[in-house]
Amino acid sequence: MGKRVGMEVSIAAAEAVKQANVDVISAYPITPQTHVVEHLSELVANGELDAEFFCVESEHSALSVCVGSEATGARSFTCTSSQGLALMSEITYIASALRLPIVMIIANRALSAPISIWNDHSDVMSIRDCGWIQFFAENGQDVYDHVFIAYRLAEDRNVLLPAIINMDGFTLSHVIEPIEFIEQEKIDRFLPPYQPVHRLHPDRPVSMGGIALPPIFTETKKAHEVALQGSMPKILETWKAFGDMTGRYYQPVETYKAEDAETIMVIMGSFGETASAAVDLMREEGRSVGLAKIRLWRPFPFEAFKQATLHAKQLVVIDRAISIGGPGGPVASEVKAALYGEPIRPVVYNFVAGLGGRDVSPSDFIKMVDKAEIEIEEGNREGYEIYGVRE
Amino acid sequence: MTKPDSEWKWKELPEGTVMLEPGNADQYRTGDWKTLKPVLNKELCIHCGLCYIFCPDSSYNLDAEGYFIVNLFYCKGCGICAKECPTGAITMVVEEEEK
Ligand code: SF4
Ligand code: SF4
Repeated sequence: MGKRVGMEVSIAAAEAVKQANVDVISAYPITPQTHVVEHLSELVANGELDAEFFCVESEHSALSVCVGSEATGARSFTCTSSQGLALMSEITYIASALRLPIVMIIANRALSAPISIWNDHSDVMSIRDCGWIQFFAENGQDVYDHVFIAYRLAEDRNVLLPAIINMDGFTLSHVIEPIEFIEQEKIDRFLPPYQPVHRLHPDRPVSMGGIALPPIFTETKKAHEVALQGSMPKILETWKAFGDMTGRYYQPVETYKAEDAETIMVIMGSFGETASAAVDLMREEGRSVGLAKIRLWRPFPFEAFKQATLHAKQLVVIDRAISIGGPGGPVASEVKAALYGEPIRPVVYNFVAGLGGRDVSPSDFIKMVDKAEIEIEEGNREGYEIYGVRE
Repeated sequence: MTKPDSEWKWKELPEGTVMLEPGNADQYRTGDWKTLKPVLNKELCIHCGLCYIFCPDSSYNLDAEGYFIVNLFYCKGCGICAKECPTGAITMVVEEEEK
């Protein structure tokens, strides 16, 4: 067993990046990502981490530097939030299409306008289709653990894709949590040095990032799609290996008291612990309510999701981002798509909640379940609303 | 690439569509984009090399007699060489259909 330490989650995340023995860190400061990269810059400055820390002039450059360094075979890390991710978005597509296993933590924050430094998932949803593996962390331990999981997986020769760890801004990034640290020898065994398949090296020159004309562009996208879809068995294998090492086993969709539940709430990220508390309160009243937490957002775990939820009468999907002018929240869209082919499927009721840092407490989750159950009972099969708006 | 783009299957592409073979752009025919081709009048040529310098496709090569000769496999027919030639030694003419 590793040491259990009370620590701010951002600092623990930075310590994990250090333990992952990265070669290059490139970042531009933005709230609420700052503590992660400030701590890393300290570790490099103090000589505790032998890595290059690039202070760049924008997030576009931050990820561009990682693309370059990763292309030479250097293990690279960056971290951002909100507007920073928006500015970086162009390069996110390039990093994945070039199959460069960069790991990035996003301290999720709302996109402007109006300016909000607080949490929601609109930043990462803006790059939903960028072709990276994407995890959502429920708590600080998840963030810490997934740094190692993400690198091992991303660098696997059968995967070779960059990975994002979503960490809710402030709700996770700035809270102090008990974190169980893993001994360095174990990490070194779990995460061997990166062995790239192709890299920029003068002894064997290659070109990366060339042009693809119409006769071949579609083939490149197919290859990328198959790589991301095909990473699923490796993801499961990596989580299993991590679980065998630490006792902490992760799943693409994790459930809480959902096995026999008639109503299942569906969430991503730090909603998980609060929603679990709401489940307990409702269970005490004898209500048949459970929870499904989507940990893996890309590749979307269609099979695992169906297994976890198909038996329910209704799903209450609580999104932390809004698709304005679209079908509601992005998670609900995916959930509906996952269930569409099933002859018998639960009714989906969608709330968008917790935008721009608004707290969602256990009683809010209970109110959402109440509302959804009543609406569905009355025959509303396409419910969608923004929760808690003052009229 | 070792074969035309249209013959590659997705499974054959190297990870990240990395180009493993350096300098393969020389296999890429840009010459079939043009409608006009440059024709040189050697009598007016002063061997200054401006056509060679300005050609955006590096289509000119110096021959043994000191003339810059266009390689029509690459020439896109933009007309820059004709415009820049100080003596008017290059004329753009309609390219005939090749069979
Ligand atoms: S026409 Fe344009 S492409 Fe062709 S040789 Fe002249 S400068 Fe080069
Ligand atoms: S620019 Fe004209 S004069 Fe100069 S080398 Fe070319 S053809 Fe000859």
